[in-house]
Amino acid sequence: MTARYDVVIGLEVHAQLTTRTKMFCGCPTTFGAPPNTQTCPVCQGMPGTLPVVNRRAIEYGVRTALAFNCRVNAACRFARKHYYYPDMPKNFQISQYEEPLAEEGRLDIDLADGASRTIGIQRLHLEEDVGKLVHEGTLETAQSSLVDFNRAGVPLMETVSKPEIRSPEEAAAYLRAFRAVLVYLGVCDGNMEEGSLRCDANISLKPAGAAELGTKVEIKNMNSFRNVQRALEFEVTRQTEALDRGQRIVQETRLWDADRGYTRSMRSKEFAHDYRYFPEPDLVPLELDAAWIEEIRRALPELPRARRQRFVAAYGLPAYDAALLTQSRALAEYYEAAVRDFPQPKLVSNWIMSELLRALPGDDERAIEHAKLTPARLAGLLRLIEDGTISGKIAKTVFETMLATGEEASAIVRREGLTQVADADALARMVASAIAANPRAVDDYRKGKTVASKAVVGHVMKASGGRANPAMVSKLVEEQLEKLTKR
Amino acid sequence: MISREDVVHVARLARLALTDAELETMREQLNAILAHIDALKAVDTRGIEPTSHAVPQFNVMRDDEPRPCVSAEEMLANAPDRAGEFFRVPRIIEE
Amino acid sequence: MKIHELTAAYTRGETTPSRVTNEYLERIAKLDDKVGAYITVTAEQARSAARAADDRYRVGRPLGPLDGAPITLKDVFCTKGVRTTCASKILESFVPPYDATVTERLAKAGAILLGKANMDEFAMGSSTEHSALRVTRNPWDLTRVPGGSSGGPAAAVAAGLAAGGLGTDTGGSIRQPAAFCGVVGLKPTYGRVSRYGLVAFASSLDHPGPFGGDVLDTALLLGAIAGHDPNDATSIDAPVPNYAAELDRDVRGLRLGVPDEYFIDGMDPEVERTVRAAIDVLKAQGATLERISLPATPHALATYYVIAPAEASSNLARYDGVKYGLRVPGHDLIDMESRTRAAGFGAEVRRRIMLGTYVLSAGYYDAYYGQAQKVRTLVRREFDAAFSRVDLIVAPTTPNVPFKHGEKADPIAMYLNDVFTIPADMAGVPAISVPCGFTASGLPIGLQLIGRALDEATVLRAARAYERATSWHTRRPELAA
Repeated sequence: MTARYDVVIGLEVHAQLTTRTKMFCGCPTTFGAPPNTQTCPVCQGMPGTLPVVNRRAIEYGVRTALAFNCRVNAACRFARKHYYYPDMPKNFQISQYEEPLAEEGRLDIDLADGASRTIGIQRLHLEEDVGKLVHEGTLETAQSSLVDFNRAGVPLMETVSKPEIRSPEEAAAYLRAFRAVLVYLGVCDGNMEEGSLRCDANISLKPAGAAELGTKVEIKNMNSFRNVQRALEFEVTRQTEALDRGQRIVQETRLWDADRGYTRSMRSKEFAHDYRYFPEPDLVPLELDAAWIEEIRRALPELPRARRQRFVAAYGLPAYDAALLTQSRALAEYYEAAVRDFPQPKLVSNWIMSELLRALPGDDERAIEHAKLTPARLAGLLRLIEDGTISGKIAKTVFETMLATGEEASAIVRREGLTQVADADALARMVASAIAANPRAVDDYRKGKTVASKAVVGHVMKASGGRANPAMVSKLVEEQLEKLTKR
Repeated sequence: MISREDVVHVARLARLALTDAELETMREQLNAILAHIDALKAVDTRGIEPTSHAVPQFNVMRDDEPRPCVSAEEMLANAPDRAGEFFRVPRIIEE
Repeated sequence: MKIHELTAAYTRGETTPSRVTNEYLERIAKLDDKVGAYITVTAEQARSAARAADDRYRVGRPLGPLDGAPITLKDVFCTKGVRTTCASKILESFVPPYDATVTERLAKAGAILLGKANMDEFAMGSSTEHSALRVTRNPWDLTRVPGGSSGGPAAAVAAGLAAGGLGTDTGGSIRQPAAFCGVVGLKPTYGRVSRYGLVAFASSLDHPGPFGGDVLDTALLLGAIAGHDPNDATSIDAPVPNYAAELDRDVRGLRLGVPDEYFIDGMDPEVERTVRAAIDVLKAQGATLERISLPATPHALATYYVIAPAEASSNLARYDGVKYGLRVPGHDLIDMESRTRAAGFGAEVRRRIMLGTYVLSAGYYDAYYGQAQKVRTLVRREFDAAFSRVDLIVAPTTPNVPFKHGEKADPIAMYLNDVFTIPADMAGVPAISVPCGFTASGLPIGLQLIGRALDEATVLRAARAYERATSWHTRRPELAA
């Protein structure tokens, strides 16, 4: 369908920074406080108040800019962006305009088919967030709206990609990769549901191979990666059909309606806002110290993509494993700590992927960091399997207990008497009992249905409370059944 | 020269509800003022940097340390219309 | 009495802050109907502060040279729990939940707030006629204006309704009313005094500063309010000298520049004559005179009337009936906001908002705002160049004398009041107006001294030297009680 047209997408991402205080005042930034309890005269824009820049927000902005290979503008300044809206206390937003913090960066993304692309980043700048509006009903039908300024003034980092994304799938990949970097850097918690990461898109279509870009449509109100992809897929279809019919695409802003699965034009006639930017007179310009920028660069952690590639190379992991294990910095570090302690990379990976990630969200940095089942403990468990103390199956139950209590595996095994039975004589006796108790299985086996041995194995495992060494049991059952049924 | 349309547009940008008579008076007065201001255009400012701060300073920033907030009650005390802990505004029709 | 005389009397036990405060409050009650300096009188608060000051003097532990000084604040400074109106209907009932930094500093120094003084609405004007709340009259001639925008504090000090006060100077709004009311008014260096809590008019041009009955009082007030404030990113982090200490040094050898562009055709001949005579007094004191030229001066007015309204239109955008202040009902948000602002702002404020919005709007920024900021650089550079040759610039404060109420209805005629004061606001350099004489009909005339950035000490010293050689500062208007 889209082979006739090239899709051109640009993404604008707003990320709330995880500073302790707001961009221009000392109010806390924690989410979810009762309305208007996290404000002060400054962030409420009371008469006479003045902003003062939060140094850590600048630091986080620089850190992010460097992670995206941007050119940091050591000389930058803030500007006022004017428009009236009740969630804007001053009816202007302090943002950056002509001298943003950083420009000309890039993000490498990996696509599902294994290809990778580089998407350019136009600019990165800092600004203050606005408050929250609550409508009784929808914006269109509400007779009044309620305003909560808790969020007003929270530091926002806006990043604008170049229009180099070529499909909705790529857009989602860009966002995932973008978010992963931010979470790795510790500058944003990446929570789209809570609104700490927001995305708007610009999309246009042009005839395949044409030089001139088509009319840009802005898409807003996409609150998850999946919705970004869905909304853009819808737009591609809509614009394709319109262009096929010879219709002109209207330059406008459209809202994604996730429930109904379409984008609709905002009710208003869209005309370009006149933001009347001018340099913020209440803030002096910044001339960032080159040594400070260098210090931030040196302190950059290994970024997600690089780490993923290293896991593949150094640990021989498949790409799938590496991607899963590096979805958060905490998880990647967990993995590496466990492997250092128990150097079997694939086994550790399997256990984390299938067991740990059932219980903990891999991209939740805090949950992973505070997991009671530490890497050392995991390694301890795996050692018990390796030396035969317990079977793999028993290990899984021990694992559940470890998750809940944080105890060492050996302590649990000792307490609950879960040590594997691996004494050949004892096992032989158990196998003999099981055979005696299963005459039908013996008959079946004699008739050539060798799978009947499984029933005997199962009987032994059950009788031993799962503690019998399964490999030895299987072997003994086979031996004894063979002997019994030898003609 | 400011036209009537310009004045209407600017009044809209500035959220000022002016009557027709006021718009016309405003147009005349603004034109008179702008006539004086236009003299600035003749000043040669090639190579001159704009001044945004009379006394140049740089890099004034603060630490990321929390300061006490002001209670919701105090912040809402001046509210023309409030609903519980919220400021209330009339319905918003997109421009 | 002057503040320094009052505090000396307190120390000697001749009177007490409470007694003096009550005297001022009685005088306000008797005379302010005529003068109209006050929007809000804070009698209870003043008495309570005075009692605390009494206690301190009784045990010989005053807070400093301002302890017990009865003062007024232009109603543009936030005072916690006391309404702060900016003389506008849109803030008529606004009660700030916080104090401006200068409010706090004066309170910490023991000064006693008698009340909030009248002004041109949002500090936009040169006569205080644009106040939406009351009329202030020049105590020397009640049919005339006190100047503006800080007409309230200037008139209060002149009429003995306060011993000192604070105003703000954006285009001349401290110095011009000081000249019109025959008191001392100082515009400090930009950033010398914190703007936190000063309701913003034009952020890059607003300067809080003191009014005093003489130069010493003015210096004492400056000393209490000056200094770095972490809440104001544009405030200067530099030590505050003891301004009073150096005040009486002589001016021998001080080089004074007399700028051609401040003695223009059309200015009042009495003003010119009086100011030139005043300059000669300084010369007689040992200062040297040098003729200088500041060619960008005529452009400063136009520059100001681009930059100030532009910043004002931005600073006043917040007044929309949502969070505080007046709200006029409307059928939707935009309607409510537009009606509120149209009803809440007076004509001059509306005019400047429109002008400012226009010059910032798409397509006009470079030609107006951008160009004005560059011309501003030229003005600054000229001052810098002049100060490489002279230590102070001496000039008239105003081209005219106090005019009658209603005389300057035309906006542009009003703007022309500021031609001599605006340049120092553009450059951010300190400037003072001291009384230097009277017209034949008894109207005050001001002498302006402009100094280098952060050199308030020299400005004050020269002003004091002039004052020592004259007695204008001892004259007070006769106001029938």
